[in-house]
Amino acid sequence: MSRSLILAQKVSTLVKERPYLLDFFTAMAITVPRDKVSLQEFLASTPATHLAEFSLDHQGLTDQCLDFIEQMETFSAQGHSSVSEVTIKAGCDKNGRPEPHGVILKVGEVVAVVGPTGSGKSRLLADIECLAQKDTPSGRQVLLDGEAPDEQKRLSGDQQLVAQLSQNMNFVMDLSVGAFVRMHAESRLVSDIDARIDQIFSTAVELAGEPFTLETHVTALSGGQSRALMIADVACLSASPIVLIDEIENAGVDRRRALELLVKEEKIVLMATHDPLLALSADRRLVIGNGGIQAILETSPEERQVITELLEIDKRLAGVRDQIRRGNRVSRRSQK
Amino acid sequence: MSSPAKTSIRLITVAGPPSCGKTSVILRTVEPMLARGLSIGVVKFDCLTSEDHHRYHHAGIPVKKGLAGGLCPDHFFIANIDQAVQWGIKSGFDLLITESAGLCNRCSPHIRGVLAVCVIDQLSGVHTPRKIGPMLKSADVAVLTKGDIVSQAEREVFAFRVRQVNARAAVLPVNGLTGQGNLLLQKHFQNAPAITSLEDYRLRFTMPAALCSYCLGETRIGPDCQIGNIKTMDFS
Repeated sequence: MSRSLILAQKVSTLVKERPYLLDFFTAMAITVPRDKVSLQEFLASTPATHLAEFSLDHQGLTDQCLDFIEQMETFSAQGHSSVSEVTIKAGCDKNGRPEPHGVILKVGEVVAVVGPTGSGKSRLLADIECLAQKDTPSGRQVLLDGEAPDEQKRLSGDQQLVAQLSQNMNFVMDLSVGAFVRMHAESRLVSDIDARIDQIFSTAVELAGEPFTLETHVTALSGGQSRALMIADVACLSASPIVLIDEIENAGVDRRRALELLVKEEKIVLMATHDPLLALSADRRLVIGNGGIQAILETSPEERQVITELLEIDKRLAGVRDQIRRGNRVSRRSQK
Repeated sequence: MSSPAKTSIRLITVAGPPSCGKTSVILRTVEPMLARGLSIGVVKFDCLTSEDHHRYHHAGIPVKKGLAGGLCPDHFFIANIDQAVQWGIKSGFDLLITESAGLCNRCSPHIRGVLAVCVIDQLSGVHTPRKIGPMLKSADVAVLTKGDIVSQAEREVFAFRVRQVNARAAVLPVNGLTGQGNLLLQKHFQNAPAITSLEDYRLRFTMPAALCSYCLGETRIGPDCQIGNIKTMDFS
């Protein structure tokens, strides 16, 4: 919509279609009218003395208001145009020799990134995060759906490619689970907020195993519960096509279900983990060494059988943990 | 890259609330640039004390420290900035970075035609972007720090709120400890407009106005002692 068209519209209509406009006026301590004035009239009627507090005149206010609408429109459009393929073109390793492999990551794929400390895992992830264009120390190039991203767009930071789930992350805000998810949904400008809250809440409870309510405060959640909420939230609300996970605690979260959920929501899941069960659950493993991708291993049928064995062990561990939690004695596994 | 006598310099004003990570972000961002052979100087503006200049010194970066003491820190800043620029040009720097804390949340050292960076700490809560006002509102680049310990949801909300306050700025998460995310900030630094002097340049936002008896050292309280530009609240 052109700027003059927006200015001619009724404020009440605009606010109904674009609830985010309320935030703009609230931040400037301006009350939005309920009658039928147009945006142009309304902006012009704001007292100049009030605007002076913000070092603005009427033209400045109008410009900022229109910029704001434009930015929010771009932002909400972004949520719909998602990336389905990320290409990492090979660069060079720490000694400047050509990197053996590049890789193409596709949505719905789980990829483990493995290698000892200092091998270059962080470097790879940083390259993806900043959409490297042969301008990082590795010389790698990242393409989105086969194309190099627009440099201007890249510099604006508008497109955050990677959402992160890390053990070090915490909820900082003191809000109930419901209010927390609502706030995130509002900032993503989604239309059906209540349905989204229900979806995330029920998914999080399912992942966590231990029930909590929409009224529970996020800061009062157990480690497993908050991790479950973070995973459900990233899967259903985050705008970023890639989810980076550095370990999911064993306790309290159904890790395999968590991965299934992320895959179902069309994410590219990258896991920097050496947890055997998780690493083998991945479709592929990128082996990092000396700053480059040294090998790409597809999970073999034999390795998939190892998962079954590991699941047995995992179940046994979970059982023992549960016995301890309940205050029971732990006995040796009965020999069949 | 450096020619013998420079006449211009790229100036960058970095502002942000105290302890939000300004110094760390600047250090992590300029380290790779220094390694590429650029010459960079820093002017640190603070109020009472500052130890940050040691950190720059330690990193081998020429630094000047200015303490506002009893003066309004941003008035102090603007009265000294052109001298700082001349120092930077004389020293032959490619880049001069000023670092200042916006202590009253009403200050903004940003100048039209000079790259303006605002650093905010994501741990400070999602209401912060609205509270800090002009320092963020008039910036070209908003740098978000400490994101590595905050949930993804809160980071997305935070970035959104920053965009609500300033729709035009680039919003870049940078980790001040590891430097992750600094590449794009380096590019902004390197593309900053070059200037020869700040004469006839203008602030983007007016500074807090004050000329009252307390500016001149009054300490007594009461209507008789309040003379000048005074604003009173309505308690009726």
